[in-house]
Amino acid sequence: MTTRHSPRSIDRYSPSERLNHWITAITFLMLAFSGLALFHPSMFWFTQVFGGPTWTRILHPYIGVVMFVSFSLLAFKFWRHNFLTRNDIVWLRRIGDVVRNREEGLPEVDRYNAGQKLLFWTMIGTISLLLLTGIVIWRPWFAHYFPIDIVRLALLLHAVCAFVIICGIIVHIYAAIWIKGTLGAMVRGTVTRAWARKHHPGWYKQVTEGEKH
Amino acid sequence: MALQSLDIVRRSATTTPSPQQRQTTEVAKLIDVTKCIGCKACQSACMEWNDLREEVGINEGSYTNPHDLTANSWTLMRFAETEENGTLEWLIRKDGCMHCADPGCLKACPSPGAIIQYANGIVDFHEENCIGCGYCIAGCPFDIPRLSEKDSKVYKCTLCSDRVAVGLEPACIKACPTQALVFGSKEDMIEHANERIADLKERGFENAGLYDPPGVGGTHVMYVLHHADKPELYNDLPKDPVISPTVGLWKGIFKPLATAAIFFTALAGFFHYVTVGPNETEEEDEEKKP
Ligand code: HEM
Ligand code: SF4
Ligand code: SF4
Repeated sequence: MTTRHSPRSIDRYSPSERLNHWITAITFLMLAFSGLALFHPSMFWFTQVFGGPTWTRILHPYIGVVMFVSFSLLAFKFWRHNFLTRNDIVWLRRIGDVVRNREEGLPEVDRYNAGQKLLFWTMIGTISLLLLTGIVIWRPWFAHYFPIDIVRLALLLHAVCAFVIICGIIVHIYAAIWIKGTLGAMVRGTVTRAWARKHHPGWYKQVTEGEKH
Repeated sequence: MALQSLDIVRRSATTTPSPQQRQTTEVAKLIDVTKCIGCKACQSACMEWNDLREEVGINEGSYTNPHDLTANSWTLMRFAETEENGTLEWLIRKDGCMHCADPGCLKACPSPGAIIQYANGIVDFHEENCIGCGYCIAGCPFDIPRLSEKDSKVYKCTLCSDRVAVGLEPACIKACPTQALVFGSKEDMIEHANERIADLKERGFENAGLYDPPGVGGTHVMYVLHHADKPELYNDLPKDPVISPTVGLWKGIFKPLATAAIFFTALAGFFHYVTVGPNETEEEDEEKKP
């Protein structure tokens, strides 16, 4: 990369990437809350946020389609940074140290760490399945075209995928709170040089390559 | 339609017990398939009483009309031609909600109180609470609930809960000219069925029997069948109906476990923050050159 970065901060996400991320995030949260409302009676009251139970049922799948399109664009932009490397395996083996903020001697992390990469592929898998199963269970438009056993399986799979990815996103959100300096990357687009050196040294080297010191 | 004059013992999407103190007699409709002449008086009476009208359709070479249950046709005479005992038999079955003791529709429904079960065994849809998701359709082992194209709510036979609540028999029972349909306490209906079955056996239908499938806890609509060993002959009446294991898993143990797991994942984050604490980048890192 040849972008010129300021002396203190480094660009991590462009305005369009940030917009894309937040459209995905907002629609995802709406999906999680509207879906969970139907998932278990203890959360049925979430339906009030969407204009009542019937509106919740009607809106959810349309929001799903918007989220899927938005997520696809995001995934298309970032997929190439998400292949697991040998370093990542070592990093994962030492996840206990990562969680305890003991970072000495951890292998060098590139643009994304192994946790982020695994979450990326989990999102690819579950969100694709959520779209496919979501269409199969979508009434009144599509569900009646499918045999009842397929609809039943789709209902189960939709709920399981939703569960997996909701837990995954809770971890994702928490990581942004836990690792200070991360949120700025997605809000203002920049991170500090110190943050980049600490958390993504491999990436830091790449983006600052050719800078005159 | 919910009726306060009947006691609700089970409610969809409700995790606390419903009122169970009062004990009412369990009712049942007995459909004696061997006595039915296929006149469809019950089908007409159902529409008449419930203010429903079916569209005029087309004939597809069978007396079954309309071709399937719909949001307007809560009961349907299904006609089948088979060769049993070396002769042509015309088997006519009145299809409709079985009012299961363990209703898959109610188990699947996510909307509190959209499906209810009365102490007398009737399973009723409470359409004003229905959100139109169609989960009940997936939950039902008998393919009964129908989503209306008009209002995206589901409809099915109510066993005339409104009539039963005031001591009347369901409209179809009243209309049947051959007493192929009878209604009363479930106990009496089983007794009556046994007399009929003994009679049928005497007359050569050795496999005659009662259809009260235990897989769904028994039903409050039962059949007397000449071929109880082969219920599939009657337009695919399921032999051993049970709530699909897929639905059982989805609506059973998975939901509370997953709900708890989501909650504890979030809680674990909070506890991590107050124990290990945030991972901060010290700004003096800035001075250290790489
Ligand atoms: C990708 C496109 C998606 C489509 C087309 C879709 C569609 C649907 C449909 C049709 C339903 C049945 C209720 C209704 O009709 O509203 C449903 C339920 C549900 N959805 Fe989605 N959805 C999608 C994405 C998601 C996502 C991303 C999540 C999780 C964050 C999610 C979580 C849920 C949950 C938890 C339920 C309730 C399942 C249950 O009751 O067991 N959905 N979805
Ligand atoms: S369609 Fe209505 S009755 Fe059927 S499961 Fe959904 S809310 Fe319940
Ligand atoms: S037959 Fe179907 S709709 Fe009727 S009570 Fe049983 S599960 Fe519910």
